[in-house]
Amino acid sequence: MAESGAKGTGAHTEADGGHHGGGFPPFESSTFASQLVSLAVAFAALYLIVSRLALPRVGGAIEARQNKIEGDLAEAQKLKDQSEAALKAYEGELATARARAQAIGNESREKANAQAEAERKALEEQLAAKLAGAEQTIASTRAAAMSNVRGIAADAAGEIVQHLTGVVPDAASVSAAVDASLKG
Amino acid sequence: MKIDPIHQFNVEPLFTIGRIGDHTIAFTNASLYMFVAVGIIALLLLTSGKQLVPGRMQSVAELSYEFVASMIRSTAGSDGMRFFPLIFSLFMFICVSNLVGIVPYTFTVTSHLIVTAALALLVFFTVLFYGLYKNGLKFLKVFVPSGVPGYILPLVMAIEVLSFFLRPVSHSVRLFANMLAGHIALKVFAGFVAMLGASLGVVGWIGGVMPLALAVALTALELLVAFLQAYVFAILTCIYLNDAIHPGH
Repeated sequence: MAESGAKGTGAHTEADGGHHGGGFPPFESSTFASQLVSLAVAFAALYLIVSRLALPRVGGAIEARQNKIEGDLAEAQKLKDQSEAALKAYEGELATARARAQAIGNESREKANAQAEAERKALEEQLAAKLAGAEQTIASTRAAAMSNVRGIAADAAGEIVQHLTGVVPDAASVSAAVDASLKG
Repeated sequence: MKIDPIHQFNVEPLFTIGRIGDHTIAFTNASLYMFVAVGIIALLLLTSGKQLVPGRMQSVAELSYEFVASMIRSTAGSDGMRFFPLIFSLFMFICVSNLVGIVPYTFTVTSHLIVTAALALLVFFTVLFYGLYKNGLKFLKVFVPSGVPGYILPLVMAIEVLSFFLRPVSHSVRLFANMLAGHIALKVFAGFVAMLGASLGVVGWIGGVMPLALAVALTALELLVAFLQAYVFAILTCIYLNDAIHPGH
């Protein structure tokens, strides 16, 4: 068994090391000097390694990470602020553009309205003039036609009277009679 | 078959280095495991990457760094950070030594009172000298608690002085005794398994299941104790150093 093997070599070296009897090893004062010397050397070496090399190294890595995280957070904040400013500017631009579009729309609508109104007025005036002309023509034509009707009636009346009586009637009395009959 | 639970604590010289007075200075198995612990810590801290997103080893290194750093800040304030290398070295040395000691057939450096006493005295004298250097005689306020009625003040002061000078004792014995007792218990239970199997044959091997299960459970407990005792040693160091930095409580 390994147990007994280890024990065997232990007992062997113990005999070589000159231990005094089978005392309790932690209180074996003959080993104190050796232990103190090696502890002093080992611990001094450890202290130097830790204070000169290890802690600056590990602490540096931790600090570098901390700085990186803080830098990245600051960068992210900066970018966020920038994008917010851009958004604000965009919204402002959009609002002014919308207002301008509205203004241009209103203006062009008014202009178009005014133009349409003017054209309508001109057309109406033209039409009214034409209407008046046409009414005048109708009136004059009617008057001419009426006067022709009177002459024809007077002639026809004179002829009729001549046929019936055989007497040529006085032109003035015929025309008076026609007028009276037209009026009636 | 004899189970010797003490044998694992034997310090055996590997080779002799020299002599100081009439003491032989030898490179022992204890020395070997001290340097093993230092080597493991150096390896862990110096070969871990420096990536932005840490890998496993780098995470272990950074977690231990931040663990000790926050321990110091919370108990001794930011002034205590000047002792960061010392406390970090103590914590890592004790923690790694304890953990290495759990591996079978290894030696547990911290199971020797002389080692823990040396570390505790290092802390004690650091506290004493830094306290006197930083605060002068005001450091003695550490023995005078505020808000104590005058007539019992001498008694309280005597107790405070006594407890101050007993600190290295409790500081070192706590770690030493925990490691020693834990390893003896482990060895005893593991030894039962082998002893039952060797002496009772098949029945013994079946009977050995219970102590084996206990040995497994104890190993888990020892892992916890190994970390916990390193933490306790380090946090007590922080509390003692806090007295040196801010005397008068």
